[in-house]
Amino acid sequence: MLIGVAAAILIVMMLALIRAFIGPTLYDRILAVNMFGTKTVLLIAVLGFLTARPDFLDIALAYALINFISIIGVLRFFEYNRPNFTDGNHD
Amino acid sequence: MEIMIDLLLNIGSGILLILGGFFCVSGGVGLLRFPDFYTRMHAAGVTDTLGAGLILVGLMLQSTHLIVLLKLILVLLFALLTGPAASHALAKAAMHGNLKPLLYRDKSTR
Repeated sequence: MLIGVAAAILIVMMLALIRAFIGPTLYDRILAVNMFGTKTVLLIAVLGFLTARPDFLDIALAYALINFISIIGVLRFFEYNRPNFTDGNHD
Repeated sequence: MEIMIDLLLNIGSGILLILGGFFCVSGGVGLLRFPDFYTRMHAAGVTDTLGAGLILVGLMLQSTHLIVLLKLILVLLFALLTGPAASHALAKAAMHGNLKPLLYRDKSTR
């Protein structure tokens, strides 16, 4: 059961990576990285239960915090001094 | 009696885990197939919190020690708190970076 869920989470991480590569705009890539991070938290928790090691949950907790802070940091950087976009949907 | 409770707990956690996995995969597929950034963000954000919530509650049913249960509750709390906050910051940054939402698409460009 846990192996199935871990496989599903790995599939979702692959999908998020695909979106990170082909994502046309910058914000698609940030969104994909954000989703990848939250899925990593879940994967660590599930693997912690799979290998019967409860201390993995501390790692999952720390990773959830760091993921959130990094997303906010990246957004704060890109919000004010934006690189000049060359793709279509920007005026 | 003990066996009955354990059986119910295992079945419950199994069902929750399967549902959570399904919703996570649906979020991933939605992330790829939706036409516009804001629709993709909706797909990612909604199923992110729901899938994570279901999986973590499914794990909670399997946890034997109290400390494991508390840590899982904390992870669920942070996931439910930081998910919407990050999505809001991302949407604000996207709107601020004048990324226009795809409001309509006539049949020809599909």
